[in-house]
Order: sequence, then C-alpha cells, then structure tokens
Amino acid sequence: MNIVSNKYKTVKPENVKVWFKAAPTNVFPIDGGACVKYKDLQIAVFNFTRLNTWYACQNLSPEKQEMVLSRGMIGDHKGIPMVACPLHKKTFSLENGENLNGDLEAIATYPVKIEDDFVYVGFSE
Amino acid sequence: MKTIIVVGNGMVGYKFCEKFVAKKDSEEYKIVVFGEEPRPAYDRVHLSEYFKNQDAKALEMAPAEWYAENNIDLIVGERVTDIHRSTKIITTAKDRELSYDYLVLATGSSAFVPPIKGVEKEGVFVYRTIEDLEGMLEYAAKIKKTKPNAKAAVLGGGLLGLEAGKAVMDMGLEPHIVEFAPKLMPRQLDSRSSQVLQLKLESIGLNIHLSKATNQILGDKAITGMEFGEDDVLDVDMLIISAGIRPRDELAKTCDLEMGVRGGIVVDNKMQTSDPNIYAIGEIALYNQMIYGLVAPGYDMAGIVVDQILGDSKSLMAEEIDMSTKLKLIGVDVASFGEPFMPASKGHSIIFENKTQHLYKRINVSLDGKKLLGGILVGDASDYSMLHQIYLNGMAIPEDPAQLILPATEGGGSFGDVMDLPDEAQICSCENVTKGQICSTIESGESKDLADVVSCTKAGTGCGGCKPMVKDLTEATLKSLGIEVKDSICEHFDLNRQDLYKIIQVKGYKTFNEVLDNHGNGGHGCELCKPVVASLMASINADTANKEYAIQDSNDRFLANIQRNGTYSVVPRVPGGEITPDKLIALGEIAKKYDLYTKVTGGVRIDLFGATLNQLPLIWKDLIDHGFESGHAYGKSLRTVKTCVGSTWCRYGMDESVSFGIELENRYRGIRAPHKIKGGVSGCIRECAEARGKDFGLIAVEGGWNLYLGGNGGATPRHAELFAEQIDNETVIKYIDRYLMLYMRTAKPLQRTAAWQERLEGGIDYLKEVIIEDKLGIAEDLENEMQTLVNKFECEWTQAINDPEMMKRFNHFVNSDEEDDNLVFVPLREQKMPEKWS
Repeated sequence: MNIVSNKYKTVKPENVKVWFKAAPTNVFPIDGGACVKYKDLQIAVFNFTRLNTWYACQNLSPEKQEMVLSRGMIGDHKGIPMVACPLHKKTFSLENGENLNGDLEAIATYPVKIEDDFVYVGFSE
Repeated sequence: MKTIIVVGNGMVGYKFCEKFVAKKDSEEYKIVVFGEEPRPAYDRVHLSEYFKNQDAKALEMAPAEWYAENNIDLIVGERVTDIHRSTKIITTAKDRELSYDYLVLATGSSAFVPPIKGVEKEGVFVYRTIEDLEGMLEYAAKIKKTKPNAKAAVLGGGLLGLEAGKAVMDMGLEPHIVEFAPKLMPRQLDSRSSQVLQLKLESIGLNIHLSKATNQILGDKAITGMEFGEDDVLDVDMLIISAGIRPRDELAKTCDLEMGVRGGIVVDNKMQTSDPNIYAIGEIALYNQMIYGLVAPGYDMAGIVVDQILGDSKSLMAEEIDMSTKLKLIGVDVASFGEPFMPASKGHSIIFENKTQHLYKRINVSLDGKKLLGGILVGDASDYSMLHQIYLNGMAIPEDPAQLILPATEGGGSFGDVMDLPDEAQICSCENVTKGQICSTIESGESKDLADVVSCTKAGTGCGGCKPMVKDLTEATLKSLGIEVKDSICEHFDLNRQDLYKIIQVKGYKTFNEVLDNHGNGGHGCELCKPVVASLMASINADTANKEYAIQDSNDRFLANIQRNGTYSVVPRVPGGEITPDKLIALGEIAKKYDLYTKVTGGVRIDLFGATLNQLPLIWKDLIDHGFESGHAYGKSLRTVKTCVGSTWCRYGMDESVSFGIELENRYRGIRAPHKIKGGVSGCIRECAEARGKDFGLIAVEGGWNLYLGGNGGATPRHAELFAEQIDNETVIKYIDRYLMLYMRTAKPLQRTAAWQERLEGGIDYLKEVIIEDKLGIAEDLENEMQTLVNKFECEWTQAINDPEMMKRFNHFVNSDEEDDNLVFVPLREQKMPEKWS
C-alpha cells in the first residue's frame, strides 16, 4: 500500500492549475473536517471556523497508510493550526504538513478557496 | 584523521559511541563499529518486554540512521575474528581488513551452557538475544498446539533466570525454576529475603525447585524432561538455560592480551588492556579481578575510554564500584545496595519481615549506629532511591535507624526528603546525573517540566529505576522557585479536569467554544482538551456524543471503534451477557449481510469488525430493528457488567447475579466518565465473573453482597478493594452511585478508578468516610446527579439514525457515495482481516 503516498504532493497557491469545485461549505462541520474525492486522490478538507480559514491536506496518514486524517480533531499546537490523526494522535501542521509530535514525513497540503458558499481545492493537474 | 574501531554493538558499545560523538573534539576521529548480531544495539536489560509486543524496534538504543547521522560506520552481522597488534589491523569473518589507531573491545558475554548430557536437544534455549527469544516463541507456539498445558523450565534461579521465568509465563507455559543453590538469587539476597521472594513468586504461579543438580536432559530428539537424581525427574517440554554468563574474550586469545585465569581481559583504571592502544569495556573487562555484569559500571567504563582517547588522562575508573540494583522481577520489587550481607563484626542489621504481605527489608548500619552500610528490599522497593542516596553520600541517619524502613504511621516522620540530598548526590546511575545537574537545568530555565529535564539531562532514560525520584526532584525544585506544578489538561487551559468540571457545572456552558473563550489561554483547542470538555459536558448535562461531534474523540465521533485500517467495529449492548437465541441469530445474520469479522469480546459481548463509515448507519438500522441499542464500546463510559449465571441456574449460586448485573448495566449505560468503566457480579465466592478485576464488583455472600471497588485488568492489573460487606441491592446501588459520581467529578482525564483510588489521599478508608458516613455532606448531591443522568439516558445510535442532519457525517466522501478505495482485506480462518501493516 506504500505506493499510494507518492500520489500526494504539496501544491503551492501559485502553482494551482485546476480549482476543483468540491462541495458546499455547509457539509463540513464547524471546526472539523471531511473527505473530498478528486480523481483518484482523497483530500481532507478542514473548516477551521475559529480562524475563519479553510485547509486541505492528504487524507492518507503517513504513519500507517490509512485514509483517516479527515476524521481527526483539529486545533493548534503552540499556535500552529494542526490535525491529529485519529489512529495514534500524530499531529500535523495544516500550514505546511509537518509532523509536530514526531519525525514522520510531512503530509501534502493543498490550497483552498471559498466562492459562493462552495469549497474549491487547488491542484496542479 | 584517526580511526577507532569498536568491536561489539551491545548496550555498552553503543554508549561509547553516544558519549564519544557528544564531545566537541570527536570530529577528528572516525568510528567504525562491528556488531555480530543482525541488528543495531538494543536494550538487553528490558529484553523480556519483547514478549509483550515483539517489537524489536522499540528496544533499539538508537535506530540505524542515528549512526549514519553521527558519521559512524555501523557494520552489523559481521564478527571480528582476529586482531593483529603489530600492524594494528583487524580482520573479520567476511575477510575484511581494517586498520585502527584505537581499538575498543565491547564484545560482552554469552550465556554459559553447563556441560549437561542432552543440552543439544530440541527445545533447549539460552536467554540472551532477540534471536533467542524469537526461537523460543516459535517453539512455544508449536508445542502449545499439541499440548495446551505445556511446561517450561528455567535452569538458574538468579536474576536473569527469573527474568526468563517471566518470559515463560508471558508465553503461556507452566513455569518452573530450577536452581542448584538452596535459595533464589543467591548472589544478591540473604536466606530470609530469598524465602520471602520465593513465597511471593509461588503465590503468582511459579513452581520453584531448589538444591537441584541436573544430571541429564531427557527425550529422544526434543526435550521431555530433566533428571536430577535416580527417581527425581521433572517433565518439561522446553528448557531455558540461564546459568550465568561467560565473557566473550576469544579475540584476546588471538593476539595475546593479558587475560584473567577464569576469562575476561585485564584492564587498569584507564580501561586500558596490556596493549595501550586497546581498551576493553563492559562484561569482558576484568577490573579489580572482577567482571561487572551490570549496565551502569559498563556505561562508566565507556565514558572513561572516551575521555582517555580524547586526552583527559585524569579520568579514571573509580576504585570501588557501586553494585546496587533495583529491579522488578515478575512484578516483584527486588533491590540491594551497598553491602547487602554483612558480618556481625562490622555492624548491626535491622530487619523487617512480613511474610503475609511478602515484604522483607533489611538495612545494615555501622556499629556506632551513624552510617548506613547497605541493605536488601523485597516486595516493596519504594524506599530504595532514598536509602541508596543516604548510603552513597554517607548522610546522617535517624537516631532510631528502624524508622528508615518501618511502614509509615499516621503523622509519621518525613525523613528522607529529596531536597535534603547534597548536590553531588547521584540520582541516575545509568547516565550519571547528579541532583545538582537536575536542579540547575530547572533553575536556569532550560527545563520547564519533567519532559524537559529528561531530555536535557538524560536522567531516567537508562534502567528507569530513578524516574520517581527525578519526578519528585523536578516538582520540588519547581515549587521552590515558586513555579506552580500544574496538572492542567493541555496548553490551552491552565485548569485541571476537576476545575473544569466545576466551572462547566456552575456556568452551565453548552459548547466547547464557550468554555475555551471564557477560560482558555487564547488558542484553538487540541486533541487533548476537546475530548475532555466533551466528556465533561456529557457527564454534567447527559449530552450524547452526537452533539458537537467534531470535538469528540476518534471513536465517539462516529459512535464506533476505529480499527487498524480505518474501518470500524460495532458492539451492541448485551446487558449482563444474557441474550435470546433470536437476538443471537439476528447478530449472525447482520454480520453475514455486511461481511463482518465476528468475535466474542473480553466483556462477553459480540464485536462485528470491518464496517466502513458508509455501512455504520445501515448496520445500526438493522440492529435497532432487532431490538438492540448502542453498547458504548467506543466511549469512555460503562462497557459491560459481566455476570456469572448465579442462583438462577447454578447449584452453588447464592443470589441472582444475572438479574442484578442487568439492572446495574442498564442503570449506568451511556454515562460518560474520565475513562471506561466495567462491572462484574458473581453469584458466589467462586467468583466466575471475575468481579474483583472490575471498577465495581459484587460477590453474593450469606446475607447480601460484598462490594469491591477500584479494580482493573489492563497494563497494571489491580484487584478491587473490599468496600462494604453483606449489603442489600438498594444499598449497593446507593454506594455505586456515590462512588462513580465522585470519580467522575475528581479524576484526571483518562484515569481509571484503580489509579484514581490509589492516588486518593486516605485511600479506601477515606472513600468509606465520604460514601458510607457522608463526612463531606455531599452524598445526596452525588446520588441526585447520578439519578438525573440515569433518567436522561437515550440511545445515541437511535438518536443518530432518526436525524438526517446527524447522518451526514457517515460518508467517506462529501462529494461522492463511493467508499474508501484504499481498503484491502485478506482471508483469515474463514473470515477476513485487514491486510497487514507493512
């Protein structure tokens, strides 16, 4: 199952070629996340209401290669917005994907924009 | 650049590398390490932990990458075979040649196998490496298949032998210890303490055979028994030899280094051998005509060689080496320090012995009664750190030295505060950390809590025996600096769980944000505080986990238990374990319909595994249609009340344990607590429901129920304590109501009743005063609060599937009805399981 992780590469806002119209904003919980399907990718999208910001990252937990990050709790560690994997509570920065409480590889993050109450996730292809 | 070759990658060999690269001049040297075993150095002291999870990585001293990062060439699986001193070259079993400037021999030791006839038979093992353990596990699994009650013996009742005895128990074999001497641990213990240890070990199921000389190992191909005398035979299916160690000094013979008569390489106080370019450390070094088989002196030796090579010629090994040790053998504390056996001519011994509780304490004091010379502790070594420090530092002792070991009495003296120790007192002997070092890292502001202290000083990272003392010292130092030692739940709140409970109750908060905005530190919460607040609001307002699901813990969020591959398991409630055939059939039908792996749980209910997020509501719809409700297996809440069949069927039953168990389970179902809660009800003293291993347990006796509180299984099993005797059903409920409510109000997050009760000042007696005698005048409040929760109970799965809004969350994708395409299942005994983690 290790092969899947190669599919996830961070996309910087300036490299977005496709803005994928994912879902209406109201299907995402307040201060929580849900999973979006784009082609064969699974993307966790978080509605960080307290910061009035949306984040997206791979749904794949790099620790055990399971598709679970969208089900994790979000919040902050020392001010860095983060998501905690529901399996073993490994935490990852929502800003740059870095593992905050261990030395796992960083997860891929993606830009998000909101237009007309719809969530768009940015991809490079 | 000079080259140092380290031969041997065990704990001491590794420690040499670690200490060397920490020095600033180390960059001028290249280190090459050879290890004979196939993996990098691991913690052999805690080898028996391998049986718990078979995770060799967890035992590693450092991962292979660490060596590379520190520019050390680590070559494992390759033995050094020859040393050519004249040319300063070594050769290996793979014919590699390498020249050195300095050679550090750290080859350690091997298990000594006595020349007994038949030791070569199948099923005879030594206890030394991970490979040895793997072999044992494989063999044990094989013999258990044909013989479920197979027996295994350990030859040797010393320290390592008893460790191996633990391994035998962990493998589920009947354990036997065979010792040649007339007592266990003959090197460390005197006869009386050895007897106390023996009683304790026998009480937990070890069979001990003393004064036995093994003549031969019986069996054709594989071992079937051990013969001691003509008619003296012990039938065993496996044997682990742990009869001592022998230094691995064969390399010294290839190059004529000076050796001891009985092995070991002779070193001076610089740890230098007879060749000044060759050092020897650890269990091959013969220093003061002694081999030191403990890790702490080995680490000291490694440090001396680092200093010597880097030019600090004044760094020398101490004349006298402290051989004090504290261990937990099969769960029993055993410690000895200083001079454990002391002739009467040198001093007086004070002995405290209590065989009923398997306790033995002995201290040896000087003839003038002013100095502590040594001692032995069995059964309870909590005084060890303090006694050891008093001994090491030659501190004054009380006029009546017996106070040092007598059980604490009410208002008793507080002799031996950590802060009374001198700064040079050594707290961590493995890493050689003094009290002064610990205090100064806190005083300088470098360390702010225990975790910082451990990472800055490395104290407590070796054998771990000093951890309680490091914690006490850290807290006392912080306190002395006026820094409050907080047990706040996380960085977002300066409050502990009990404070938050009161605040939420008084202010009547209904959402996480209200609590965070009014009482938090300005952050946005995290995976620690969110579930705590969710649980508190549930405990106070009887909220289900459907309200504000994004702050719920992983399992509560989807009302199911997340499993290894991100699928869930489903456990409907089966109160008291009583189930009709129709319901049993319904469970089977539903499991079949959704292709779920099915297993009976430890709490006597049925667990259905492998449900995807999308399937959960469908499965629950079917379950609810058949009269089931949530079993809360996912919650920090009541799980099951386990029952035996009781007087309804059993010919020994004293009362209706099933009926009462069902009543209790239905009463407390759904109530959120700091951690999970389990109950048990047994119909007679035979205790088939294992009620004393539960948070609350009942045993029917003549004239009513005996109530036990605060037991649990898990990692630290603890028997529940007897709380009240011969009470009726109504009183039982009254007491459990009060007990659980008090626990829910005051425990720390994720603290089971057992740990809470153990740390409660006054313990079970205090609980009796509060719950039975109502000393605090809160008994009625506690009962009322509990009754409110009981009245408000609602099945949260029924609630969820009847509300389309709540159902939205049970989709893997928000923009597709497809399921997770990453799931792979493989067959397992006519069912399925997730593909193994790579």
